[in-house]
Amino acid sequence: MATSSVSKGCFVFKPTSKKRKTLSTEDYFTDGSENPENSRLRFQLFQSQWQDMKEEVQMVHDDLNKKILDSLLEFIGKSVASFQSRAVGWESRMRASEIPTAALVLGVNVPDHDVTFQSLSDLLRESVSPFVASVQAKECGALQHLMKKVMQQLMGGGVALDEDDAEEQSGYQISDLPRKGFNCSLGILCDWYQNLNKKSCIKSPGKKRSSSGSDFPKKPPLVVIFKDLEAFCPQVLQDFIVICSQYIQQLPLVFVFGIATSPSTIQRMLPHSVSSLLCIELFQSLSCTQHLATVIDKLVLTSKFPFKISGKVLKVLVGIFLYHDFSVCNFIRGLQLALFEHFFGQPLSVLCCEEEEALAQVRQFSHEDVEKILQLPSIMRYVEKQEPQEQVKLLTSDDHVKVVTQNLLKDLCSYHRNFYPILRCLHLLTSSLPKFPLGKQIRELHVLCLENNVWESEEYESAMQLLRMLAKDELVAALQKCVEVLQPGMTKKLKEVVHQLKDIIAKLKMLDQLSDETISCEGEQESSSGKSLQKTDLFHLQKTLMEMRETRRNKAKTPYEVLRNHTVDYLDSLVKMHLLPPESQPLYEVFYYSSSATVRRHLNATPRTSIQTALSHPHYYLQSEALKSEGGTISKAAPDICIIYKLHLECGRLINLYDWLQAYFTVTAADGQDPDSAEGHVDEMKHARFIRAVSELEFLGFIKSTKQKTDHVARLTWGGCQT
Amino acid sequence: MPAELRQQGYSEAQLRLVSEKVPCREAQAAALLALFGEPDHYSFPSIFIYGHRAMGKSHVTLTLLRELQMPHVVVSCVECVSPGLLFEQVLGSLFDSSAVTLSRSPSLSDFVRLYRQLCAEDSAKHTRYIVLDRAEVLRDMSANLLPGFLRLQELVEDNVTVILLSEIVWDKFRPSTGCFEPLQLHFPDYSKAELQQILAQDSHPSYSAELYTFYINILLGVFYSVCKDLRELRHLAALNFPKFCEPLEKGEAEESDTHKLWRNIEPHLKKAMQTVYLREVSSFQWEEQLKQDGETQSLRGLSAYAHVELPYYSKFLLIAAYLASYNPARTDRRFFVKHHGKIRKTTFLKKHEKTSNHLLGPKPFPLDRLLAIFYSVVDSRVAPTASIFSQISSLVTLQLLTQVGHDDQLDNPKYKCTVSLDFIRAIARTVGFDILRYLYDFL
Repeated sequence: MATSSVSKGCFVFKPTSKKRKTLSTEDYFTDGSENPENSRLRFQLFQSQWQDMKEEVQMVHDDLNKKILDSLLEFIGKSVASFQSRAVGWESRMRASEIPTAALVLGVNVPDHDVTFQSLSDLLRESVSPFVASVQAKECGALQHLMKKVMQQLMGGGVALDEDDAEEQSGYQISDLPRKGFNCSLGILCDWYQNLNKKSCIKSPGKKRSSSGSDFPKKPPLVVIFKDLEAFCPQVLQDFIVICSQYIQQLPLVFVFGIATSPSTIQRMLPHSVSSLLCIELFQSLSCTQHLATVIDKLVLTSKFPFKISGKVLKVLVGIFLYHDFSVCNFIRGLQLALFEHFFGQPLSVLCCEEEEALAQVRQFSHEDVEKILQLPSIMRYVEKQEPQEQVKLLTSDDHVKVVTQNLLKDLCSYHRNFYPILRCLHLLTSSLPKFPLGKQIRELHVLCLENNVWESEEYESAMQLLRMLAKDELVAALQKCVEVLQPGMTKKLKEVVHQLKDIIAKLKMLDQLSDETISCEGEQESSSGKSLQKTDLFHLQKTLMEMRETRRNKAKTPYEVLRNHTVDYLDSLVKMHLLPPESQPLYEVFYYSSSATVRRHLNATPRTSIQTALSHPHYYLQSEALKSEGGTISKAAPDICIIYKLHLECGRLINLYDWLQAYFTVTAADGQDPDSAEGHVDEMKHARFIRAVSELEFLGFIKSTKQKTDHVARLTWGGCQT
Repeated sequence: MPAELRQQGYSEAQLRLVSEKVPCREAQAAALLALFGEPDHYSFPSIFIYGHRAMGKSHVTLTLLRELQMPHVVVSCVECVSPGLLFEQVLGSLFDSSAVTLSRSPSLSDFVRLYRQLCAEDSAKHTRYIVLDRAEVLRDMSANLLPGFLRLQELVEDNVTVILLSEIVWDKFRPSTGCFEPLQLHFPDYSKAELQQILAQDSHPSYSAELYTFYINILLGVFYSVCKDLRELRHLAALNFPKFCEPLEKGEAEESDTHKLWRNIEPHLKKAMQTVYLREVSSFQWEEQLKQDGETQSLRGLSAYAHVELPYYSKFLLIAAYLASYNPARTDRRFFVKHHGKIRKTTFLKKHEKTSNHLLGPKPFPLDRLLAIFYSVVDSRVAPTASIFSQISSLVTLQLLTQVGHDDQLDNPKYKCTVSLDFIRAIARTVGFDILRYLYDFL
C-alpha cells in the first residue's frame, strides 16, 4: 500500500472493513463454468452420492467394530462386577488388587484408530459409565498434564451426566472442578467420586425415574483410554499406573491401551514391578486388509452407487493403501476425491445418477448437451459401427440421439446389475484353486476385468483348465455358493443363470446314483494300468505315461467329465457375455472416473520432484517457451535460482562460493559482451542477485553453510544429477 | 533375636498388639521405636529406611505410628507432581486443613514460614512424623527440597521427624553439595522361613491351618527362587489355592494325602510361573482356565503376538534402517554396489569393527544413508513421495526407530533401529528379502 508520507517508517494500515463474501463449496464448484445450472445439478448429485457412501461406510465400520467392542464392553462389565463383589471374602483380601486393563491391538495406522475410539467411548458412555477419559500422548508430556487431562475429562463427564438437574448441583460441581493452575491429584478425584456416589445413593430412593443416570451400575467405573500407548513417555505412564494402583480400592479404574504394534510393547515399556499392578487382557481387532476388503466390497463392487472408478484409479488407491499407509480412512478419502473430480470435470456426469432420473435428464437435454454426447469417444466408436443410414440419422437428429442415449443408459445399467454378481461367482469358483491364478482377493480379479477382456488372459486360461479338473463335491459346493450369491437382486438374465446352475447341480447329484454302477468297472481299469507302471525305467515310464494320456483322451469320458466340461463351458460363456470391460460399453465415461494421474498427484504428492522440476525445467511451471533449453545448456533468461541450481549440480560435496559466483557471471553474460571485461570490478547488482539465489537455495534445503572449509558451502542432496 | 518391644510412655498391651502385627520384623520395629523415644521426646531429625519392595518398610512404620497414635502424615512422593502438592498434603493433615493457604507455586521457604506460623498456634505436644514414601522421587524435584526436609526439625523449630522410605540406598541420594546425614535403617530381605511364617498366617477359614502351611511350602518351593515379593506371593497363593483344594472338594483325596495334593498342584504352579506371574495372561484368564482345566489348551501370552503388519514400503524402510544400524558404513559399497570388487573381511576393517555389531547394539545413521540403502534394496523404482517420508516418522512413533540427538533436526536427522534380529527376519521373510545375506555379521 502506498502512503503520501515522505518520511521513512512503519505505517499501520487498518484493514478495510468490508468483509469478503465467503464462498461456499458450491460456489467454487460452479465458478467459471459456462453452464451454472448444469454445475449446480452436478454438485447436488455429488453431495447426495457422497452422503450415501458415507452412510454405507459408517455401517461397515460399525459392523466390523461390533465384535471387538462387544467383547471390550463385556470385559469392562466383568471388572465392574468384580469391583462390586470385592467384599470381605478370604480371596479378595488375599489378592493383590490389580487395575483391569484391556490391551487393544489396532494395527499400525494410528490416525484410523480415532474412529474406533470414538465409537468405543460413545458406547461406554451409553451403556457402562459416564466417566470416560481418553488421552493422547502428545497432550501428556509430563505427569501433571496427564493427570489434569484425565481429571478434567472424568469430572467434566459428571456434569454432562446430570444435565437435567444441573441447577441444583451446578454450584457443587463447578466449584469442584480443578481450577486453573490448581494442583491435580487423585486424592481430589477420589473425594469427588465418593461424594458423587453418596449423593446418588441418597437421591435414588427419593425420586425413581428413568433418567439416564439410573441405567448405570451403582458404582460406575472410571475408564481411561490411552489412545497411542507407544508414543507415551514410559516414565509418565509408569508413575501414573503406580499412583492409580494406590487408589484402586476406592476408585474403580479401568484402563484401555490402544496398541499399534504388538502387545509385547507393554512389557517393553513397563517393568515387572509396574505391570504386576495390571490385569491385562488382550483384544485383537480385524486386520486392516480385511477392513479394506469389506469397504471395497460394499462401495466398489456394487451396482448400488452409479459412480464407478476405473481399474487404474482403483489400482492407485489400493497401491497407496498397501504400499504406504494401511489407512482405510485415506482410501475412502481417495474415493471421495475421485467422486468430486468426476462430477467437477465431466459435464455429462449429470447422467451419473439413478436410472429413472438419468432418463428424465436426457429428455431435457439441449442441443449443446447432445453435441457433447456425440463427442464422447465411446459414442463415436458406437456410431462408426452403425449402418450408414443410422449414422446419418444420429448425426442430424437430436431427438434420435436422445432416444438412443436412453436405450444405451438402460443397457449400461443392466450391464452393471449383471456384472457384479457374475464377477463374484467367478471369484468364488477361482479363489479356491491352487496358486490363485486370478488372485486371492476379489479386487484383483475386478481390476483384471475392468482393464481387458478377462478371458483373453493367460491366467484365466489356466484357471479354466484347473476348473476342468475339479472333483465333483468341490464343484457342487462352489456352484451352490454361486447360486447363493446370485439369489438376491435378481435380474431377468440372472434368473436364467440361476435356473441353469440349479439344473446342473441337480444333474451332478443325479450322477451319484448312476455312478455306482460304473465305478466298479473303472476300478478294474485303474488297477490294471497301475500294475503296468511297475518295474520300468524312466524312459519307459515316460512313454507309458504318454500312451496313457493318449488313451485317456480317446477314451470315452465318464458322464461326470462330460457334465463338468459342459458346466465349465457354460461358465465361460457367462463370463464372455457379462464380464466385458466397461470401456467397451458406449456412454461409459458418464459413470467411470479414469484419471489415475490426478488422483495420484493429489494423494501421493512428490514435493521433492516438483521442486526439482521447477528448478531444472523452469518453463514447465512458468509456461514460457523462451526458457526452454536443449540438453544440458543453461539459459541465460532463466531465473537466477535455476541457474545457480544447475551450476551446483556439477559440484561435489563442498562448493567453492567464489568459483560458483564466477560460473554464474559467465552464464549470465553468455553472449554479447566478453565475460573477461567484467573482471576486476564485480558487478554489484549481479553479486547481490547471486547471494539472494544462494540463500534461496539454502532455504529450500539444497545446501548449507559449513565450517569445514572457508568460503565453501556443503551440498545436501544426492542423486539429483538428472538434467 | 525376637526383641520385645519396650518403650516408656506406651502401655504394654499396645506394644504387644504392635509386635503381633509385625511378624518377623520385631527387631526393626524395636529399633525404630527406640529412635522415636517417648511420645514427647525430640527424636532424630530424619530417618532413612531402605529395603526391597514389599519388605515391610511402610507396613512397620505405619503400624507403629497408627497403633501408638502418634501424630503423622504419609505422603507418596510419586503422586506429588509438584512440591506445592507435597507441602499442601503435609500441612493439611498435620494442622487444621482450612488454615492452609499456599501461594500458587510455593517454595520451600514458603512452606517453612507457613509451618512455623501454624505451629505457633498449635505447637506439638508429641513428636510429629512426616513419612515420605518413595523418597527417590524427591531427588528430581527442586534441589533444596531433600536437604530441607532432612533438617526440617531445625528449620521449623518444632518437634518433628521426617521419615524417608525408599528402595534405593542412601549413597544414591547424597547431593553433591552435601547435606545433613539421616539415620539409616535397613530392612533386609525375608528369609524363606520368614516368608513361610508370614504367608501361613492368612489361612483359609474353611480349611485347617496345617493344610495351608503345607500349601505355602509347595508354593515357596516353586517360586522362592524367582520372587521374594510378599505381595506377589500372596496374590499367587490366592489364585492357585482353589485348584489345590480341588481334590479335597471332589473327595478324591484326604487332607493327609499330601503326596497326591502335591502331584496335583505342582505342574500348575510351574505353569503359573511362566504365565500369570509375568502377566502374560491376566489373573482373570488364569482363573477361568483353572476352572475348566479338562482341555489343556493353553492361553497364548502377550509376547506370543509379536507379529506386526506394516505397509510394503515401511517394511523395506525398516529393513534398510536395520542394515544401516548394524552394518559399518564402509561396507555399504560392498553390499549395494554391483561391481564392488572383493573386499576381504579381515584386512578391510579396523580392529574394533571385528567384534560382532549385534553384540554392540544399533548405531545411529543419517537419513541420507537410510534412503540410499532403501532405494537399493527395494525392488521397484520408488518416487520420493511425501508418504515415504511420513512413513519414517510413523516408524519413529511406533518406536521401531528412534531419533537420536536433538540438534540439527532440519537437514540431517539421525535415527537408530530398535527392532530385534528375529523381528526383522520375520519382516524380511514376508517380502522375500534374504536379510542375512546383507548383514556384515553373518558373512
